[in-house]
Formats: sequence, structure tokens, C-alpha cells
Amino acid sequence: MKLLLERSTQSRSDGVFRLLTILGGALILLIMALLFIELVSNSWLSIEKFGLRFFYTNIWDPVQQEFGALSSLYGTLISTLIAMIIAVPLSLVIALFLVEMAPPPISKFFGMAIELLAAIPSIIYGMWGLFVFAPLMARYIQPFLQKVSGNFFLFEGPPMGIGMLTAGIILAIMILPFISSVMREVFLMVPSVVKESAVGMGATTWEMVKVMIRYGVQGMIGATFIGLGRAIGETMAVTFVIGNSHVISTSLFAPSNSITATLANEFAEASEPLYLSALIELGLLLFLVTFLIQMISQLWLKRIQKTMGVQ
Amino acid sequence: MKERSEKTRVYLDFVIRMISASGALLGLVFLIWILAVVLLRGIASIDWAFFTELPAPPGMGGGGLANAILGTLIITVLATLLSVPFGLLAGIYLSEFGGQSKFAQSIRFFTNILMGTPSIIIGIFVYTLLVRPIGHFSGYAGAVALAILMLPLVARTTEDMLQLVPSALRESALALGMPRWKVTLNVVFRASKKGLITGIMLAVARISGETAPLLFTALNSPYWPENFARPTANLTVTIFNYAMSPYADWQQLAWGASFLITFTVLITTIGVRYLVRDKHVK
Repeated sequence: MKLLLERSTQSRSDGVFRLLTILGGALILLIMALLFIELVSNSWLSIEKFGLRFFYTNIWDPVQQEFGALSSLYGTLISTLIAMIIAVPLSLVIALFLVEMAPPPISKFFGMAIELLAAIPSIIYGMWGLFVFAPLMARYIQPFLQKVSGNFFLFEGPPMGIGMLTAGIILAIMILPFISSVMREVFLMVPSVVKESAVGMGATTWEMVKVMIRYGVQGMIGATFIGLGRAIGETMAVTFVIGNSHVISTSLFAPSNSITATLANEFAEASEPLYLSALIELGLLLFLVTFLIQMISQLWLKRIQKTMGVQ
Repeated sequence: MKERSEKTRVYLDFVIRMISASGALLGLVFLIWILAVVLLRGIASIDWAFFTELPAPPGMGGGGLANAILGTLIITVLATLLSVPFGLLAGIYLSEFGGQSKFAQSIRFFTNILMGTPSIIIGIFVYTLLVRPIGHFSGYAGAVALAILMLPLVARTTEDMLQLVPSALRESALALGMPRWKVTLNVVFRASKKGLITGIMLAVARISGETAPLLFTALNSPYWPENFARPTANLTVTIFNYAMSPYADWQQLAWGASFLITFTVLITTIGVRYLVRDKHVK
């Protein structure tokens, strides 16, 4: 098909044009490479001094020049986990609703609304979270959870409205559009033959959907990964509501921290080379983790598209 | 499979449908809730002074965010001017020359990775590149950070849009003896102009609400953006600083800025979508 176009052109101007476009493409590779080199070299001071201790100790003391980032790592892990627990099932039912259950005009309207959730900037979620949602958590939701669970250890302490749970819920809303849009694609990829045979056997919509879910389960795992990558790197919304404390607490109501919140709060004030280096090492870690997640989800989804045979 | 009575099956089906519908409704509720809050709280700040005056010291009342509005505008325009040419070139390469070659595939792969890299990482990267060696924060560094965020978005949409142009069009132009670069810029670009503009507009909307990358590059300033080699006022970092401050009138200004950013981004996003209704060729 493209054979005609592949033929190398004679004129010099075309050679120059081609070279320019190659440079444009190469720039992206260059940025990626530089990104990695810069982050590693700028965090070298901290990597050398603390080694692995950086990841399993929890002393964050700019005065004594001693840094261990466990509280930030823990916070990122738990807040992301809460977000995933809420967002994955919710995205699944939303995708089902949009693809299989809603009549087209309604599906279109809701689809647009969910997509717009992704267009709202992170900092706006932060504003809403801090001034509207957190007070609501403090006044109603947290006391309610404490009452119902009989002071379960996850819900201990004074209900201040901020903390891991609030951050997790806001993260869940933020990653909803990304997960549900990939799940939608997956459902749309299910061959109509599969659906039709289920319906032909007299299955209800739910029974047909169960067949679809079994068919598209790999794609859903891919969708989950996409959401995970988003949640881990989300900064402003989390910074506003997580509480900014380096103390590790078992309670989801206690002020905590995350990698991104630590960076956003402390970066501009870090004057000491070692302090700055420790912060950049946190950034490097975040970069490596999201890089890995992106890579896995890309390869994973590509493989699925091959096996499912995109029409 | 277990035998279930007709009744149970229909009932279960109904329950699942209800759960699905409420899930979608929940998403809608959050959207309307957030937008309503931003609208109601923000609109109170929007007056003539908001667009024309510098911020007043806390407790004085009044004042505006004219400097931050201007700063954000300039940084965004600079970032767009920086990233669009390179993004277009990369997109042309991927669509017109690269094909399925190893080099093109790796560019596609890393473009996607760069798109999924948290914006805060890009902020740190530009800090190590342009802020630390020079010794101070600057508006230029902010523009570079946003440009890097925009680059993969522009490259990807350019490739997608150029792919939609039928090969026959290229072939006929080439058959007439047009050089390849002319075919691309005059024929292929003209055919996909709408899509390209859409892609760029969406990318601009995406970056104009970014905070984290600016926090490490442009920082913020209470003055007019006169010297871009110095810290430069912008809306998003202003929102962050003012929201975290204990002063009610600063928090109010932060709501005003939130209103401005949110509705600019949303109106752009909706408007662009409306102009180009699902032209996906399957």
C-alpha cells in the first residue's frame, strides 16, 4: 500500500526535510535519556550517603542531614491502594453502563461528563478537597466510620478531615476517567459474535456481561495499570489534603505524606545540597516506578489488541 | 452452571443495571459538585480589579491577580511556540517516514512513556537542567517544562491525524511531480488541518492547569512579569500559595484564579470536542 511512498526521493530538499523530521522524533528520545541521567546524577549525593537505608528508615531531618523516606513511600503506597480499591470497580460498572446498558444519547452525555473529570486540573481537585470535601469528611464521614466500625484501628484518632483516606478518595475520582475509558475500549473490542450468542441462548444483560468480562479480563488488568500510573504521580490534589507529616501512623485519618506531597512542599525550601539530593532521589524513584508501570501496561495492552483482533 | 429460576435471574439483572447506572451517576455528581463549588466561590472574586491590579498584602482587601494572569498567558504561549514545531516534525516523521521501523517504534514507545510521566518529574528535570546551574528560578524554565509536557501530546495527535489522510491523496500529488516536503505541508496538512489544531488546543488546555512543574521552575512572584529570567508570577502556583495561606482574602483570590483556570480549560475542551465530532475512522 505504502510502497509508492517508501521510494526514496531524489531531491535534496526532501532529504533535508526528512532529516528535520527525524530530529524532531529523536528529540523525544533525547529528553527521555537526559531525564534519566539528570535525575541520577543530581541524586547521587544522597544515593551514596544513605544507600538502601533511604528506603527503609523513617528519619526526615534536614537539620541533622539525615534522610530516610519510608513515610513518603508508605503514604504513596496506601493512598494509591485506597484509590484503586474504589476506582477499579467503579470504573468497571461505569464502562458497562456506557457500553451495554445506557441508550446512546444518555451514554454519550455520561461519557462526556466522565471525560471532563479528567480535564479538571489537579490543583482544582486540591482546592475542592481542602475547602469542601475535607470539612465534610471531618464532620460526617469520619465520625460515622468510627461509630460503625467501633474505633477500628484504621479509623482511629481525631477526625480532622485530612489524611490518607481523603487523599485516596479524591485520587479515585481523578483516575476514574482513565480506567473507565480503557475498559470501554476493551468492551468494544469484544466480538459481537460473543455477545450475540449469549443473548441468543436467552441470557439476560448481566449474564451476557459476565461472558464479556471473562473475555476482556486481561484488558481490564491493563486498564488498572494505566490508572495506577496516574495515581502514583498525582501531585497537587494529594498535597492539599494528605496533611504533610512525616510520622507513619496506622490510622487513615492521621496526617501523612506521599512522595509527591513531600516534593511539592519541600522542594523550593531545600537549600542544602544533601537535602535537595534526597528530594531528587525521591523523584528518581517515582520516575522509575511510573516508567515501569507505563512500560508494562503498554506492552500488555499491545499484546491484548493482537490476541483480541481489533476489527 | 447452576439452574436459577427465571425470577432470580431477571431480578439480579435489574440490580446490576441499577448499580451500573448509579456508578455513572456518581461520576456526574462529583463533576457537577466540583464545578458548582468553583463557580459559586470563584465568581465572587471576579471583578475589574481582579484582572487589572497586583495582589494586595493580606488583610488589605481588594487587589487582583493581573500579574499572574499575564504570566500564565506568556508562559503558556512560549511553551506552545517551543513545543509545536518539534511535535509536528516528530509526528510527520512517525506518520510519513517512520512506518514500522525499529527507530519509529521506539520513538512511539517513549512518546507514550513521556506522556505518562508525572508532571512533577518534568518539573524536577527542568530544575536540574535550567534552574540549578543558573542559580535562580525563571519564567523561561517554566515555559520549557510545560513545552516538554506538551511535546509528546502534539507528536501523538499529529501522527494520528496524518494517518487519517488517505494515501491516494499523497500519491496523486507525488505523481504530479511535487516534492515530498511540499506534499506533506501543502496537501496532507491541509487535509488534516482541523484535527491538528484540535490536538494542539487540547494540549494547551492540558498544560495550562499544571502546577507542579511550575513550582520547581517559574516559582511565583508578587510583581509584574517584566524579566523572564527571574521568578515569574503565574495562576496555578498562586492558587497553591494563597490556598495554603491563613488569610481569608488570599484564599478568596485563589478561588477566583481557580474559577478562571477551570472554566478556560473546560470551555476549550468542550468547544474543541464539539467542533470535531468523533472523526475516528475505524
